[in-house]
Amino acid sequence: MSKAEFICIHCPVGCKIIVENEEIMGNECKRGEEYVIQEMKNAKRILTTTVFIEGEQRMLPVKSDGEIPKELIKDCMRELAKVKARLPVKRGDVIYKTSTGINIIATRSMEKKQE
Amino acid sequence: MFAGGKMKAGIVVIGGGPAGLAASLKASEYTDVMLLERDELGGILQQCIHDGFGNFIFGKMLTGPEYAEHFIERARDAGIDIRVGTTVLQVEGKKIVASGSDGILEIETKAIVLAMGCRERSRCQILIPGTRPAGIYTAGTAQRLINVEGVMPGRKVVILGSGDVGLMMARRLTLEGAEVEGVYEIMPKPGGLIRNVVQCLHDYNIPLHLCHTVVDIKGKKRLEGVVVAKVNEAMKPIKGTERFIPCDCLILAVGLIPENELSRQIGVAIDSRTQGPIVDERMETSVEGVFACGNVVHVHDLVDDVTIAGEIAGENAGKYAIGEFERIRKGKVIAGENVRYVVPQILRGMEDVTSYLRVEKEMENVKLIVSGKKTFEKKYRIVRPAEMVKVKVNADILTSNEVRIDVKS
Repeated sequence: MSKAEFICIHCPVGCKIIVENEEIMGNECKRGEEYVIQEMKNAKRILTTTVFIEGEQRMLPVKSDGEIPKELIKDCMRELAKVKARLPVKRGDVIYKTSTGINIIATRSMEKKQE
Repeated sequence: MFAGGKMKAGIVVIGGGPAGLAASLKASEYTDVMLLERDELGGILQQCIHDGFGNFIFGKMLTGPEYAEHFIERARDAGIDIRVGTTVLQVEGKKIVASGSDGILEIETKAIVLAMGCRERSRCQILIPGTRPAGIYTAGTAQRLINVEGVMPGRKVVILGSGDVGLMMARRLTLEGAEVEGVYEIMPKPGGLIRNVVQCLHDYNIPLHLCHTVVDIKGKKRLEGVVVAKVNEAMKPIKGTERFIPCDCLILAVGLIPENELSRQIGVAIDSRTQGPIVDERMETSVEGVFACGNVVHVHDLVDDVTIAGEIAGENAGKYAIGEFERIRKGKVIAGENVRYVVPQILRGMEDVTSYLRVEKEMENVKLIVSGKKTFEKKYRIVRPAEMVKVKVNADILTSNEVRIDVKS
């Protein structure tokens, strides 16, 4: 007899989902069920962060191309601290491949600063 | 080269964030549009690098910059006269004076769309006593420092306020290696969306202290710590509950206020509750030919709603500019029981509309009642002040005089 409570993070509604004896209750859509199953097996998140830009004093926003296991996020951040992106980049360009095989992609296009 | 001077435009949109971009795009279907933005296109979205935007419009979760770029690309393709780095200094009637890299511009236009967004409340507005050391930032400033400029505002951080921006910053600072001691919230409930409490605080074991506030700030040159205390139901600090927390950074995530300096200059009537222009369902303000949309009207939870409001304002400004718009101002909306505000504040009753409202207090199993010519009811499992309530109202319910909206059990 196990009972666990979750709050779905997949949309702004934030359904409170209760799992009791392998029954999932409280989700308003299918994504809630998928979320809870994934959360119990291996919680995953999209990582959004920034990387340095070669020769410029501003940051490039990036994200992981897909969800990654929660416990890998800190390692990913450590690796990304050393990355320097080269401009120009287009939204969706792969900026870096982490040692765990996760692609890090740019979330905006950026041109070199014209000085 | 000096390329300033006098110019003409069918419509001028002030502000290039999500509201201004959507308004420009829609308006460009009717006439020529000039979009004035003092920084870069995208507005605050460019520093909101986290995901969760666009769930309703795109059916997937985008980051702020991704959401912005979809509209920026379309605006460029639509042939809109986009002028970034251009600040509007003055508006008189339909004459706009702006300053940018091209010098001073004087623009004559037929219609104006106000899309200036909002500003953060700061320490002065919540009156925290204590010294004035370095290390105290509003959440948006800290967000810009970290996400755009690559500068860490501190190493050991206390966050006051649990709105979405405060929650996001708790996670972001933690990921970048700072220690977030805790998030303190004066209200008995978190200010942001529940999912953000989960993915920003629970995921990183950051404590949330409800019914708490900062009562003193210590430190001479640099912040050395803050004193927090519990508050009672009247939100007054309780004696004897004070606790000193050493820290070098205090982040204030204590609310947003629509930015209406220009609107006031034009003479647009402002709603004292929303702090934004009073608009009708076509997003026209009290001044003919001046429309408004997005966070300048009221602070939204979701950018999708800002985009929708921008499209409505853009469409009607377009119609106004080409002479296909008849101004009719009638039909007041009254914010009744447990309703803090309703936007639009004026419903002419000539088309179906979506009304946006915020409640005063959290309630479960409630009925939202719209009473006009007819009565309409909708049930909600829960309503929270932190979450905007949207309700579709059919034109036949509205009257020419007034409509009242109540939320009760």
